[in-house]
Amino acid sequence: MPMKITQEIKDNTVIMTLDGELDASSSVILDEELSDPEIMRYNKILVDCQELNYISSAGLGVFISHLQRFEDAQIKLIFYNMQDKVRNVFEILGLDLLMTIVSDYEEARSIANE
Amino acid sequence: MNNSIRVNCTKKNLKLIRDFVTEYLEALALSDILMNQIVLAVDEICANLIIHANHEDPTKYLTLKVTTQKDLAKFEIADQGAAFERSNYKEPNIQEHIRMGKKGGVGIALVNRIMDKVEFSTDGSQNICVLYKKIK
Repeated sequence: MPMKITQEIKDNTVIMTLDGELDASSSVILDEELSDPEIMRYNKILVDCQELNYISSAGLGVFISHLQRFEDAQIKLIFYNMQDKVRNVFEILGLDLLMTIVSDYEEARSIANE
Repeated sequence: MNNSIRVNCTKKNLKLIRDFVTEYLEALALSDILMNQIVLAVDEICANLIIHANHEDPTKYLTLKVTTQKDLAKFEIADQGAAFERSNYKEPNIQEHIRMGKKGGVGIALVNRIMDKVEFSTDGSQNICVLYKKIK
């Protein structure tokens, strides 16, 4: 399996850990996770990207497609621990300016609680 | 090392293609970011060919050939599916994609921004996409 996604609920926050490569084949699993109505019960989703080694437009597209829905529901989506090469892919499309990407868990936590 | 790979049109083969490109370019000791960009651009073209041009038909194939000369890497990707029509291509408006909840349509934008030159050609039965990237 090229992609493993785990979820943990802590203090009314979803901590989603991405492990592997998000491409046109594996991004379907991410879409299923983010489409689960259960996730809308929480108002913070923190995405740990430390083990995310690769993302293609299909993976970016999944986040892009859910962003407005989360924003409308006042759910904060925050990425942290992102590898430079992965962050660079967000930057090429200017997505780093439209999404919240921070350096580590503490910063993600503090922005989520603002 | 062999400089070409032929795979059938299933999305599972994208990983094979990425590993092939990474291994082929390894000796050039590129930065992590540059290596990832190149692998990504090739992956995006192959994903488009597999999904859109060949409708994930496992009886169809695509071939990728890599060559490097001095300061340039060249990637030729050939298939027999529906040809890409560049005249129909529009640069995506990402904010619009977010508003509409659109999933696709940003792959070619990534390729255009990463690569130095992108060419599409067809002779009616075979389509070839050639990507060029300066590596020094």
